[in-house]
Amino acid sequence: MKTTTRPKLWEKAVWPVLAAALLLAAWHYSVRWTGTKVFPSPLSVEKGLAGLVEKHVLWSDIGDSLRRVAIGFGLATLVGVPLGLTLGWFPVVNQVVNPTMQILRPISPIAWIPVAIIFFGVGDRAAIFLIFLAAFFPIVVASISGVSSVPMIFRRAGRNFGLSQTQVLARVVFPAALPQILIGLRLALGVAWLVVVAAEMIAVDSGLGYLVIDSRNSGKRYDLVVAAMLVIGVIGLVLDIGFRRLEKIRSVRWGFRHEF
Amino acid sequence: MKLRIDHVFKSFARDGASIPVLDDIDLEVAEGEFICLVGPSGCGKSTLLDVMGGFMKPTSGTVTIDGEVVTGPDPRRILVFQERGVFPWLTVEGNIAFGLSKLPRAEREARVAHYVRMVRLEGFEKSYPSDLSGGMKQRLQVARALAVNPDVLYLDEPFGALDSVTRLIMRAELMRIWQTERRTILFVTHDIDEAVQLADRVVVLSSRPAKIKDILTIDLPHPRNISSPRYLELRDSLLDKIGLAYSV
Repeated sequence: MKTTTRPKLWEKAVWPVLAAALLLAAWHYSVRWTGTKVFPSPLSVEKGLAGLVEKHVLWSDIGDSLRRVAIGFGLATLVGVPLGLTLGWFPVVNQVVNPTMQILRPISPIAWIPVAIIFFGVGDRAAIFLIFLAAFFPIVVASISGVSSVPMIFRRAGRNFGLSQTQVLARVVFPAALPQILIGLRLALGVAWLVVVAAEMIAVDSGLGYLVIDSRNSGKRYDLVVAAMLVIGVIGLVLDIGFRRLEKIRSVRWGFRHEF
Repeated sequence: MKLRIDHVFKSFARDGASIPVLDDIDLEVAEGEFICLVGPSGCGKSTLLDVMGGFMKPTSGTVTIDGEVVTGPDPRRILVFQERGVFPWLTVEGNIAFGLSKLPRAEREARVAHYVRMVRLEGFEKSYPSDLSGGMKQRLQVARALAVNPDVLYLDEPFGALDSVTRLIMRAELMRIWQTERRTILFVTHDIDEAVQLADRVVVLSSRPAKIKDILTIDLPHPRNISSPRYLELRDSLLDKIGLAYSV
């Protein structure tokens, strides 16, 4: 009898499902035994969720949140990756800019909310700005470190084959740094998804964050609050899984550890 | 005369002091000649390759190839590294075609196919380096270098990271390629047998700062019989020149 056989597919699925079921049961019975009238049980959350789907508000809220993340994260990628590549390529410039960036970086995007509202007013653009900020720093930092950890041997090979500085950057440094840049992008997407909820609670009146705060404010519908939270969690997971698929692309796969 | 190293000195500044690494290196290499550079590790062999490749300026002296002074890296002389020199984000074909982007497509493809065959990587054209063995990766690096049609190849301990059996196979492969392509090769190694098996002449460097201690001509035809008396005699005399005892 072998004990080292790999777990079968159903075995891999059974235990996580069981863990989730246990958690749901614990939640259900805690609500029942404490007799709380405020916090919803899993069943009423499920009903609330069904109601949201029926009234078609859920899809438009999901769409709004995703759209804001797509624009904010997209802009942060478009600005952050080239900036990070440049700073990594010119360490002298990096030394000048780095201290300022290190001060700005630990400021939570939430703290920027008042500033965002002064700049852009209450509305979509303020929310997108906050998401941009949240995603921007992890992307820049990952791109800088991606460039500076490209082995000398690759750059030299590039120069040896007659490439100009810009060609070395485009054909050697960028592809060599790409796995690290992707790690930064994935991190940034996770942060962007965290921040969109916070931004929507304050700056706009649509989206999943707004759904959470609005459900509480208009009639203390905690079943809807928790339902929206769960939707946020599931979408966050789906985004992350989707992004991880990029790591499997052949031209970057060498940069990631893969278990076979 | 293909390559001429004319009284090259090189020193590095460290902590305010000047540390000499190359001390009056003077050497002439003929067209198509296979030179091995041997010397204790850390003696400055790689620095010498860097200077010859144009990656580093000598403190004084010059390196000339075909009468032209080397001032920077150039595809006419390609440096092959010990390991991890191939680009992991490109396929075998992509690596070989790396230096050929200026060629028309048809010619590029023909050249890639030619060198894939030459280094016997047929069937692996679409593979990535992570799927290749160490020996295959080094063959790929040699193919990438040869594809740009360089006059001179610098090999910096190219088989140093391979196991001993693969190393023997790779030497035979390199010999076969050198005999068909006839490039001028400067091959850095610290393996005595490797030097005697491959080289026309072996240049023995001293420990740092590197001076040319001796030059040994290997007057054996290829393929070399590595248990012939003359081979063993040359190997012993090389060991002697390096300053190692006969018994370990």
